[in-house]
Formats: sequence, C-alpha cells, structure tokens
Amino acid sequence: MPDSSIVILVGGEAGQGLVTIGQLMAKALIRAGYEVVVSQDYQSRIRGGHNTFAIRTGLDPVHAPSEKVDILVALNAETVALHRHQLTPGGIVLADEAFDLSTSGAGLNLLRIPSKKLAPKAVHENVLALGVLGSTLCKDIGLLEALLRETFAKKGQEVIDQNLAVLRAAYAWTASQGHGFACMPPAPAMPGERLMLNGNEAIALGALAAGCNFCSFYPMTPGSSVALTLAAKAKVMGTVVEQAEDEIAAANMAVGAVCAGGRAMVPTSGGGFALMVEAVSLAGMLETPLVFVVAMRPGPATGLPTRTEQGDLNLVLYAGHGEFPRAVFAPGGVQECFYLTHRAFAMADKHQSPVFVLTDQYLADSFQNVEPFDLAELPELPAPLLEPADPKTYKRFALTGDGISPRAIPGFSTALVVSDSDEHTEDGKLTEDLDVRVQMVTKRLNKGLGLAEDAIPPSCYGEDGADVLLVCWGSTLGPALEARERLEESGKSAAVLHFSQVWPLNEDQFLAQLTGAKRAVCVEGNATGQLAKLIRQETGFRFQDLVLRFDGLPITAAFILRGLENIL
Amino acid sequence: MASSTVTAEDYGTFDTAWCPGCGNHPLLKCMKQALAGLGLAPHQVLMVTGIGQAAKAPLYMNCNMITGLHGRGLPAATGAKLANPELTVITECGDGCNYGEGGNHFLAAIRRNVDMTLIVHDNGIYGLTKGQASPTTAKGQVTKAQPFGQPSEAFNPMAVAVAMNAGFVARGFSGEPEHLVGLIQQAVRHKGFSVVDVFQPCVSFNNVNTFAWYKQRCRKISPEHDPADQEKALALALEFGESIPIGVLYKSGRAAFGADLPTLKRGPLALRQLDKAALQGVLRSYL
Repeated sequence: MPDSSIVILVGGEAGQGLVTIGQLMAKALIRAGYEVVVSQDYQSRIRGGHNTFAIRTGLDPVHAPSEKVDILVALNAETVALHRHQLTPGGIVLADEAFDLSTSGAGLNLLRIPSKKLAPKAVHENVLALGVLGSTLCKDIGLLEALLRETFAKKGQEVIDQNLAVLRAAYAWTASQGHGFACMPPAPAMPGERLMLNGNEAIALGALAAGCNFCSFYPMTPGSSVALTLAAKAKVMGTVVEQAEDEIAAANMAVGAVCAGGRAMVPTSGGGFALMVEAVSLAGMLETPLVFVVAMRPGPATGLPTRTEQGDLNLVLYAGHGEFPRAVFAPGGVQECFYLTHRAFAMADKHQSPVFVLTDQYLADSFQNVEPFDLAELPELPAPLLEPADPKTYKRFALTGDGISPRAIPGFSTALVVSDSDEHTEDGKLTEDLDVRVQMVTKRLNKGLGLAEDAIPPSCYGEDGADVLLVCWGSTLGPALEARERLEESGKSAAVLHFSQVWPLNEDQFLAQLTGAKRAVCVEGNATGQLAKLIRQETGFRFQDLVLRFDGLPITAAFILRGLENIL
Repeated sequence: MASSTVTAEDYGTFDTAWCPGCGNHPLLKCMKQALAGLGLAPHQVLMVTGIGQAAKAPLYMNCNMITGLHGRGLPAATGAKLANPELTVITECGDGCNYGEGGNHFLAAIRRNVDMTLIVHDNGIYGLTKGQASPTTAKGQVTKAQPFGQPSEAFNPMAVAVAMNAGFVARGFSGEPEHLVGLIQQAVRHKGFSVVDVFQPCVSFNNVNTFAWYKQRCRKISPEHDPADQEKALALALEFGESIPIGVLYKSGRAAFGADLPTLKRGPLALRQLDKAALQGVLRSYL
C-alpha cells in the first residue's frame, strides 16, 4: 500500500524535554487508534547537543522509521537548519517566534509560536509545544488533557490546572492561525486498548511474564532501561534487582542466583557483555539457565555509545571459551521483544543453557503500539525442583539421553547440589578422568540438539519466486517489510525472510527458499554481513548481494531501496 | 534449623590434592568442626569458591557447592544469598582470588554487607600457578616471577576492611586451630558480611612466610579489646611485623544488606510464584 504515514520530528538540545513531548504525543496517537513507530536519536551527553524524537504515525501499519519529516517541532533554531531538507512538500515547521530563522527558515511553511505570550513560565514550554502540535494534527484536545492529568497527578491540582490552561491556549491559538497543514484522517471511533512500549520495556515485561525474579546489571546504554524497568516495577513484582560493581560481578551474581533457585536476566550492551564472557562460559559449564540481553550499539570499544548497529552477532555467537550450546533470539519489533524474551527463559530453563536476546539501540528506544498480551496463552515455566526423587543419590550432572539432568535447588532437601567449573563427574565434583570428560562434553552438546529442534523458523513475508528476497534479522524486519511494499508499488515482486532466532540455525527451515530465490539480498546493520557469513558457514549458501548500514542510524526502507538500486 | 546432632564426620573425609604440610589441611578440619559445632547440616550450607588451591577446599567436604571463576566467588555467593536468604553461604578461596582478581568484589562485598562469610586462605603466594607473588606477598620478596623482588607494596585486607567499616573483621592462623574454629563460628553467626583472613603456610612456594614465621609472630588479641572501636581496630590491623594480632579485630554493628528491601522479604526465589494479577496491573500501566 502507498505510504500514507506522517512523520513528526521533535528536535532540540538534550534537557529541553523533547522526549516528554514526544512520548505524550505518541501515547495520545496510540490511544486515538493510530499506528506508531518512534525512533530516537541522541548524543552521549546530558545537556546540549542535538537530539531528536521522531514519531511515524498513520492509520495503516507503520513498520519502521522514515527519513522524511512532515511536522518539524523545533525547540531551537538549529533544528530547522539541520532537518529542513527532510521536510515534505506541505510540511510545516513549528517554532518559537523568537528564533532567528531568517536563513534556515526561508521558503518553509513556518508556524511561529508566540511562546512568551501563550506560556509566560518557561516550565510550560513543553506543554505549549505539545498543544500546538496536537492542534496542528487536528487531534481531540481531550486525549492530551487526560494524559496531562495522569502525568501531573502526583503534583496536585494546581499544577494540573496550569498545564491544562497552557494546553488550551495553545489549541485556541493554533486553530486561529490557518497554517494550512492537512489534518490526519480520523481514527476509528472505538479504538481497542493498546499498550505503548519500547523494546527494552517489552523485554523486561516478557521476562516478568516468564517468572524472572532476579536481575543483576551494570549500567550501560542502551541496555540499562531493561533493568530500570524491572526496578521500577520491583515493589509490585518482588523482583530482586541489584546494580553490581561491574559487569563481571553482574554476570557471576546471576549465575549464583540461578543456582540457588532464582530466574535471572542480565541486561547489558556490547562492551559490558565483553566483560561477561567468562561468566557465559561458566553458565555453559554449570548448565545454568540464564538469559542475557545484549542491546547493540556501534563498536569497537566505546564506539558510538547512543547509536544503533547489529554488529555484535558474532560476539554473542562465540562468547565464552570452550564448546557449549546456546540459543540467540533477535526480536523484529517491540511485540516480539516480549514474546521472545519469554521464550528465551523457557528455552534456557528447558535446555539448562545460556540464552541471548539480541536487540539494538533503535529497537530498545523505539516506542510502538502493541496489542495487549494474553498472559493465559503463554506456556508456564516448570517450578524449580526443590526435592529430587532420591536426595541421597542425587547427582546434579546425571548422564541422560538428551543431556538434560534434573536441576535441583540446594537447601530445600537433604540432597547436596554440587557444581564445579572444572570438568566434573556426574555428582559435580572436579575430575581429570578423560573418559568422563568425553561423556560430559557429549552430554552438554546433546542439549544443543534439543535447542536446534526447538528453534523458531524464520518468518517469510511474500510469495516464493519473487524478484527479490530480502533476508534480515532482528530490528531490520520493519524497514525490510516497508521496502517490500515500495518495491511492489514499483512493479517488482518482493519477499522478506526474517530470522527472529539466529542460533541455532536449522537449514531445513529456510535453505530451499534461499537457493530458490531469484535474487537473495541480505540486509544487515553492520559492515561485514555477519548473518550472511553465518548462513554460508552453516549451509554453504553464499549471498551475492548485501545491503549494509553501519553509520549508527537505523536502517530505513529508503536506505534499502538506495542499496538495491546498485544491485537490481 | 540448626541441629545439635551434626558432627564433623557428617562433612566426610576425602583425599586431597594438597601438599603434605599445607596449611589448607588444618583449615579444612577447622571448617568442618566449626560448621558442625554450629549445628549446620551439610545440606544447609552452600560453599561458593573461585579458583586456586584454597578454592578446592569444599570439594573435600560434604556440602552444596558452586566452584565458579577465579576471583568471582563473592559475586556468585552474593547472588545465591539474595536468591535464598535461608542458606548459610560461605565463600572460601585464596588471597589471589579475593584480593587480586576479585579485589573490586571484595570492596563491594564490604559495602553491600550481605549476610555471608568470606574465609580467605592467606599464604602470601600463588600456589596453584606455582609460586608467583600474590597481593599479600611482602614488598621485596623474590619469586620466580618477581626475580628482583616483589616491587609493589602488599595489600592489607584487614586495614581496608576496618577502614571501610566492614561488619565483621577477623584474622586467624591455621596453626591455632581451636582459636580459628571460634573465629569461623563467630563469623558465620554474624548477621552481615564477615571476613576471616587465615594465615596458612604454603610449604612448596613460600619460603618466607613459613609455619615458624607465622607461629613466631601471631599473638591473640587481648580480651580487653573492644571490637566496636574502629580506631583501635585499625591500629591492630596495621600491626604487621614482628608481632601480628589474630582474633576479632572489628565489628561495626551495621545492619545486613536487605533489612529494608521489600523485594527480599518475600522469601527464597525458588518458592515464589508468578503473581499474574500484579503483572496484569503492570501491563495496564502502559495503556
């Protein structure tokens, strides 16, 4: 379908409150029944710099961020100069009348806001901008009024009333301006309830739904907000959330917590995860069900701390010395962040292995509308084994056909639960018996067969035999789907093959599609085509064409189409 | 939970990989006696260790055990104790593990004050890797890796712990087993983080800090010492020369970690069930 979405871009310095404006507007749109995808671009600083909060919205599904701007909410003059080239014909700039836009605003449809008059107190500038924006979109003021009441509920009626007065003044003034921006089409009369979540919030909630009750972490952008979400809900849910002294401690703490009966998750980003690598190997050896969330940002080293990339697939695939099984999930959107995190816990628990959720800064910070989750439909994880069948003869690493041994929790029976990071016998104690070594390696790797059987097949969108097959993983799903729509509009048939689980790979699930494709193009947010290489390594299939982005910005449909121009 | 019928024999007897004459042998015996004396049965105890000759100690007694990574015993123990506050959690490993590789965890454990015990086998040398300097090796001591003498100043764990207002700080000597059993028992009973640094000679790789060296220097702290007096405790901790005080140096009286944490009051994590109603409420807060 043709693109009917509009993009609102709020731009300004860090600390100007652009996220507040953006979040309230996005929530109002979602409540009104519109589709929303947010992308946030920010610099690694607390104040100053240039940050943006972009809302792409419409009645039809929106999959991904876009490079165009229909409404530019400029909280400073610089925003106009930086983004004027993205404005669509008919687009509009909302900016304070005091900004000097004599050069940067030339030829643009400007709505100059008399801020001093409409909101004499600087503290109300955000609500003023929100009101002008809401009115420009022809949105019902009631939605924003309700949101302001909720937002300022704890600050008392006086604060609420002051903010409502500014909002109403903004609406009234904007309506009198005849700015010429076309209203959005009206939303359905009775929109269903939908949640507004970003990827990291959805990961935290998916973990809670799986019974996660322990989270140890060391702050690192863009992974931190997973832990912060759990911390914010800890009073209600009882989750033990501990900020560790470093990432090494965070990962080892989680191993200890799981061995003692917890369900644990460790969120981090690439650099922090690099410090956890030895503990990943420990989890492999102790057969500890442990979920790591790795929110990717561009490296190497500190890289671009607040931007996005899909550069750490190899790191997560190979993290940890020695050979042991693992699974790696890569959610394609916010909704999948919830369900796949739940599944990550289920797989970790079933196969007693470390399991990874691989996300990135774009998805971590991208607010999207999500249908309410049906908790009753989620499979329940088995309760911890408190008392093994015969405590006297219990062996933590008993050899079994599938490699999975009953995992008792110490302290709840007279069984002794012994786990040694050295190679160990069935009862968990250090051994240098090399025959036992071979048995134990085989046992651990056998669990990998189970993980492979349980692997989620890649999702295919579109028909076999399409002119082009876009292959992608993780958050690249959205732009790939949109690129497919644009290609179909231009008369080319296109399909998308998306891997929401990137390890283990089961070639029976996808190889025929790759070899049968007229043109398979792998689209990734990294410089070397890590998934393409992995697929070649595992199946022998070699991609002829790659579309790769590694400038720190999220992949868009337009970026993919520009890449395809050189190929098709 | 404590039982008076537990004996040191319940903790079993095992062959060890330690050298004859190693200070680890009497220390292991003291651990078993101390735990049995406290009425703790093997299944009530979780030993969490790092890597090293000392860290093998729990292999030679019946108990629950996590042998983790070098230097990372304390964080794993912290996680385990937070997951099940009813377990008796003890970390036992060497000076390299705790003061070198895991130094940051040692500082954090003192600050956090989780109700668990750290027993450090302090022999002033790396045994498992065959004789390099450890953080407690004296400045100037010659080893294979430090042929010109250890160039760095030794770490003083007792002084650091007292200065950081640790919950319970004690030093023992494997050559004073009865005294040591008492220290271990007080440490385990202490509500909060307790550390016992135990001198024990490495007969293979440390020819300076021998049994005789320690025997000559260790003197028991006088019963008049008030362990609540931080200044005096620090003075004792800094006394490290011809005479070295052993015994309880300091008890700060700090409340243990989590006393005021609502999330820990709900009991062991293994017994918790997902509160779907509460989760539903959390989900609705995102509408």
